[in-house]
Amino acid sequence: MDMPRPDAAVLAAKAAVVARLLQVLPGDAVISEPSELRAYECDALTAYRCAPMAVVLPRTTAEVSAVLALCSAMGVKVVPRGAGTSLAGGSFPTADCVVLGVARLNGVIETDYPNRFIKVQSGRTNLSVTGAVEAAGFFYAPDPSSQLACAIAGNIAMNSGGAHCLKYGVTTNNLLGVTLVLMSGEVVEIGGPWLDAGGLDLLGVICGSEGQLGVVTEATLRILPKPEGARPVLMGFDRNEVAGDCVADIIKAGILPVAIEFMDRPCIRATEDFAHAGYPDCEALLIVEVEGSAAEIDEQLARIKAIALAHAPVAYRESGSAEESAKIWLGRKSAFGAMGSLGDYMCLDGVIPVSSLGAVLRRIGEMSTQVGLDVANVFHAGDGNLHPLILYDANKPGDLERCEAFGADILRLCVEVGGCLTGEHGVGIEKRDLMAVQYSDDDLEAQMRVKDVFDPGWLLNPAKVFPLGSSAGRRVGG
Amino acid sequence: MQSGSEDEVCAAVREAVEPLRLRGGGTRALAGAGAVFDCSGLAGVRLYEPGALTLVAGAGTGLAEVEAVLAASRQRLAFEVPDLRGLLGRQGASTLGGVVAANASGPRRVQVGAARDHVLGLRFVDGRGVVVKAGGRVMKNVTGLDLCKLLAGSGGRLGVITEVALKLQAVPEAVVTLVGRRGLAQGLAALRAALGSPYDVSGAAYAQGAALIRVEGMAGSVAYRAGALAAHLGGDWAQVDGAELWRGVRDVTDFAGKPGAVWRVSVKPTDAMAVVDGLEGEAVFDWGGGLIWLLVDGSVDVRARVAQGHATLMRAMPGMDLVPVLPPESPGVAALTRGLKAQFDPRGIFG
Repeated sequence: MDMPRPDAAVLAAKAAVVARLLQVLPGDAVISEPSELRAYECDALTAYRCAPMAVVLPRTTAEVSAVLALCSAMGVKVVPRGAGTSLAGGSFPTADCVVLGVARLNGVIETDYPNRFIKVQSGRTNLSVTGAVEAAGFFYAPDPSSQLACAIAGNIAMNSGGAHCLKYGVTTNNLLGVTLVLMSGEVVEIGGPWLDAGGLDLLGVICGSEGQLGVVTEATLRILPKPEGARPVLMGFDRNEVAGDCVADIIKAGILPVAIEFMDRPCIRATEDFAHAGYPDCEALLIVEVEGSAAEIDEQLARIKAIALAHAPVAYRESGSAEESAKIWLGRKSAFGAMGSLGDYMCLDGVIPVSSLGAVLRRIGEMSTQVGLDVANVFHAGDGNLHPLILYDANKPGDLERCEAFGADILRLCVEVGGCLTGEHGVGIEKRDLMAVQYSDDDLEAQMRVKDVFDPGWLLNPAKVFPLGSSAGRRVGG
Repeated sequence: MQSGSEDEVCAAVREAVEPLRLRGGGTRALAGAGAVFDCSGLAGVRLYEPGALTLVAGAGTGLAEVEAVLAASRQRLAFEVPDLRGLLGRQGASTLGGVVAANASGPRRVQVGAARDHVLGLRFVDGRGVVVKAGGRVMKNVTGLDLCKLLAGSGGRLGVITEVALKLQAVPEAVVTLVGRRGLAQGLAALRAALGSPYDVSGAAYAQGAALIRVEGMAGSVAYRAGALAAHLGGDWAQVDGAELWRGVRDVTDFAGKPGAVWRVSVKPTDAMAVVDGLEGEAVFDWGGGLIWLLVDGSVDVRARVAQGHATLMRAMPGMDLVPVLPPESPGVAALTRGLKAQFDPRGIFG
């Protein structure tokens, strides 16, 4: 993976940059010792590492503004970082950058139940947003798998989803407003605790912009009243296609489960060995969860059961208690850990139309045999968001490259059938050079024009999202 | 001027020497001045997959045609597109492109989101005459910057939308509307309480002295939730189907044919009372009080009453030439908006 050559002039000016940073931040908010910088050399895309020139950990919007204004004036690139859980290298540093971590911006600013919103600082973790409102019977809907650790800032940057977004939408559907600090240091308030924009929907393009447009320091989030209850059902099928058809039929019938999760045989076996959730040994497994009062859940599950039985499941198990629900979810929630216990893996995030589910899984299986790398699939079936996990051996020369090439082929396949490269993880550095598979030069040019407006010097989060060749004329210092 | 294909739109935009006023069906108040540029020729449903809840159609496709196609499979556009022809005194037939460009969203916005939340992808021709594709046709997509959001609600200021891909919803088997006659303060409080309850409310409005609260879904579930809601809120609630009532709220039929300026105000629901306090005129409240339609004299400074939020002048009276239609923006937002406008429409073709 190529990264631009670090700017020698900026590297040479490290001492001056750090000295200036210490003028606008308290001493404990600036990290410049090489040994300490190593903690920031990668995010959750651990295959690539590069220590930044310095790290800053501001506590306020004013401090963020001061850092950005100063870096802007000195021509220093800035890589914003939430909790460092990006699987796409969304906060991967360059050697000549300052990493701006928002972890210390973690407070709750306002909770408002009559108007159903919470305003938080952006370094707050996803789960602790729900934690702040659940005693009052509310929750924050987007629930990425990393929700215990990931920050709202990163959720906004990547427009994160989660298992329950089938019903409640992803971050962009639950974000009401942000405080955005531009690379110039200017602070702009966008949106607020009311619905929709009066003018252009700037909030809509900021959400999911992967730190290309500005640094979000505060966010106003929509909170929802917690449903009375929820119950999952587990069903097994002897063919992936049949499971795919069952998903389509549930959706067509107008039932809106909160989640429809899918696991294939390699994944089922791995999680069984790891978590012992008692899953049936079958080709494809679905977990469907519905919400409401006990009677409403029964009503929905009766409908779902009728649809499932028409597809001759090899297993069908409704949860009858909180314990059984936890057991049904146990395997799914341990899937990534289970795969990790088998060796190194790369997690993809392509999206396909639900109608192509069976065909795409079959093709991935064929490709896996050809390439000689195993693949397990675990994903959000209701919205076609695939997470193929390719197993490889990081210690085996050439395996990572083979794995990456295989992953790229799977994503090309997703685009070919009408889908896209990434449904919730983002482009980052990982899929940057595949963007041309999905977008024409004109499409990418239009996106880059938006960055031109927000970050005219192209100093924010360098070498992400856009193929290096496409952005070459805009990026400074290599 | 009219265009029947994307290529023709590109050519027309490239050749344009003066501003174009983009028009789908001419039923909404879109921005722009100059020669009318009719987009209704870009019509036709290109893909409809009920099992994937997905529709792709030319931007000029008529809303009525799309609704008929969807209804045959018991599906619909979830965001409840307002028909403002009566209110605005327009003729014509609404198009999908116009709906998206106006981010036209009705009462169900509180539950399912706005039009912008249902745009899976779109194609548009920018002010240089270049075709740009944004998003796609699948349910989740974070590949690159989300230009769909930027174009949705842009009022045609950044480009000509030529094709849209929309997320659909199944028509629920049952609907119940609770109707409770209440004073304004009590009625609005009931709306907020309903939206804060776990009963999955799909509409919360106050009009003509009554609070309207809607639940939709499977028959048993709707019956249960309607009962539970009425008990939760207390007082008398009649249970009706309510389709006509909701059409009235959605289209603001109360104001149709009445003289006066019409404003559309988006605020924090608890601010609704302050907006209308002591105001001479009429008001319809939707979105739990978060959306206020006002019918007032042209001399009333509605924006002075909106401390937080925004107010759009939907229908002006004579003498209001100096009152901007779109809400004023903070200097920071205005600069970003100007920058985007300059990037996407450098020659100012789209007004």
